[in-house]
Amino acid sequence: MKHVASAVCSALTIAFVCGTTPASADTLRLLTWGGYAPENVVAKFEAETGHTVEVTKSNNEEMIAKLRATGGGGFDLAQPSQDRIAGPQAEFGIYKPIDLSKIDSAQFITSMLEATKANTTVGGEIYGVPHVWGTSGLVVDTKKAPSVKDYTDLCNAEVAGKVSYRLKRPTLIGFAFAMGLDPFAAYGDEAAYKAVMDKVEAKLVDCKPNVKTYWGGGDELMGLLRSGEIVASMAWDTGGWKLNADMPDITFVAPASGALGWVDTFVLPAKGRADDAAYAWINFVMQPEIAAMITEAAGNFTASKGADAFADEALKVRYQASFPAEALDNIKWYPPVPAGLEAIEGGVLDRVKAAK
Amino acid sequence: MRTQAKLGLFLLLSPLLLWLTLLILIPHVDMLLVSLRERIGVGQYQTSLANYFTFFSEPLYLRTFVRTAVMSIMATAITLLIAFPVSYYIAKMARGRVRSALFLLCLVPFWVSELVRTFGWMILLRETGVISKLLQYLNLTDGPVELLYNDAAIMVGLVYTSMLFMVVPLVTTLESLPDEVIEAGYDLGGNGLSVLREIVIPHAMPGIVSGCIVVFMLSLGNYLTPTMLGGKDSLWFTELIYSQFIVRFNWELGAAFGFMLLILSSTIVWGMLKLTGQSLEKTMG
Repeated sequence: MKHVASAVCSALTIAFVCGTTPASADTLRLLTWGGYAPENVVAKFEAETGHTVEVTKSNNEEMIAKLRATGGGGFDLAQPSQDRIAGPQAEFGIYKPIDLSKIDSAQFITSMLEATKANTTVGGEIYGVPHVWGTSGLVVDTKKAPSVKDYTDLCNAEVAGKVSYRLKRPTLIGFAFAMGLDPFAAYGDEAAYKAVMDKVEAKLVDCKPNVKTYWGGGDELMGLLRSGEIVASMAWDTGGWKLNADMPDITFVAPASGALGWVDTFVLPAKGRADDAAYAWINFVMQPEIAAMITEAAGNFTASKGADAFADEALKVRYQASFPAEALDNIKWYPPVPAGLEAIEGGVLDRVKAAK
Repeated sequence: MRTQAKLGLFLLLSPLLLWLTLLILIPHVDMLLVSLRERIGVGQYQTSLANYFTFFSEPLYLRTFVRTAVMSIMATAITLLIAFPVSYYIAKMARGRVRSALFLLCLVPFWVSELVRTFGWMILLRETGVISKLLQYLNLTDGPVELLYNDAAIMVGLVYTSMLFMVVPLVTTLESLPDEVIEAGYDLGGNGLSVLREIVIPHAMPGIVSGCIVVFMLSLGNYLTPTMLGGKDSLWFTELIYSQFIVRFNWELGAAFGFMLLILSSTIVWGMLKLTGQSLEKTMG
């Protein structure tokens, strides 16, 4: 009986204490990628502002699927890529506009902020500001597969059975560019885009015997490369640089047809409850020192002005080795995906998967 | 008095009714409605059967559907073939401690999650894995062998993950078969085969059928094992449903697929019961 009484007491105490905490301290429910909210940054933010942060790790598709399922509820701040904001917003209305007056825009690299604002505008309202950017291209064991210079080289006979890629849209886009097509130019025209995708589909079906397996997650890919079971893959730049630290032969190579550039953003879900905490988080992580801490955890650079000065030297060296000036200019930045293209791509991916 | 009894019955039933309506009936009705919607423009929908039409007009979806069903039936049959002798040994031949130990051994793999069990198989089967290394060490092969990423690997994974669900009902029904009946069978001039056919299997039929139903359902609805062990050729219907919902944002088609899967599994289970002359009441009760 005594135990029960004390349990009731403590429950009451907690309720009482919780009920009387000042309204300014909120819980920020953050839907983000692995590495974008490292523990040391979260701890510093909590100590400085009094807000608490709940981090949920996810990816583009799952973020949108989760927000769609609740009509934009359940989270206060999300981080999809900039090309996946305008389409889902027009279709499902899962975000709310960003109040730029609450954001310290001086902390952002101006060109990147302007580009993201333009790409995430729906009906005259701006829905996203940039956070972390990077590219996807090729991770290659330069000793064992020196011939792999572009996406289509993954289909070469000398690397048969030793390559991997993801069966997702970046692969379709990358192969299209490597085949001399321009999928981004065809974005506005469903028929033209379908024609581009049909050619890519034929190429990927031809290439299938070369593939060991289609990788699903970053860890799976790391395992395949580390064990030497594959020697070349389509992957993110950070994956290549991480492996490069342990195995000098393996590194990220910007493909001849151009690496694909992505920018992950901050967006406010339509039914988010802690907007103040969300704005506080955005302004907090864009400070150069904090941004450098995130770069260290995620491996990618941020849109924070001046954060480069605080970044790890070894990472900078790898970055410069993978991206000579002309490769940097050749990066193909994803434009916003118009609603409806995913259905075309989905059909292509399903048929490639089913091909024998 | 009577109203009181009625109230009591209602109160006792209410958790079950709440469960059935809130967690099973309503989501299914909602999914049916979603599956009958067709997207005609940005944020615009109309009611139509277009999603079901897509399913039947695209050979890929039908092929995956049939492939999933056939492989699940095969997995069920293989599980039964392996589990029957195991269960018979546990129920009839092993005694005392050995029996509990054997039963426990069947149970142990299920203490870890399905993900870990599947990873275990990946470690064994992959090119740089245990079996490949062992074969090279014994000079049975020249180079590394890839055992992962094919249909056989999927089958191994499916049988392994569903073994327990076949063993438990079989052991329970076999235990209830008195030893005297088997002895009487031999006394009357039967041999091992005829005793098995005339006495053991008919007695174990409810266990066999309920085990098969559970294993079949688990295999059909499995997502993790086919995806992880199957690699580039893994084509499983649940994977298609997942990608329609999560990757393609096409809930309408995903919901239609979900309904087709529900119809498929119900039909096959119904057919299996008819074929074996069992009824659901007899097997489950």
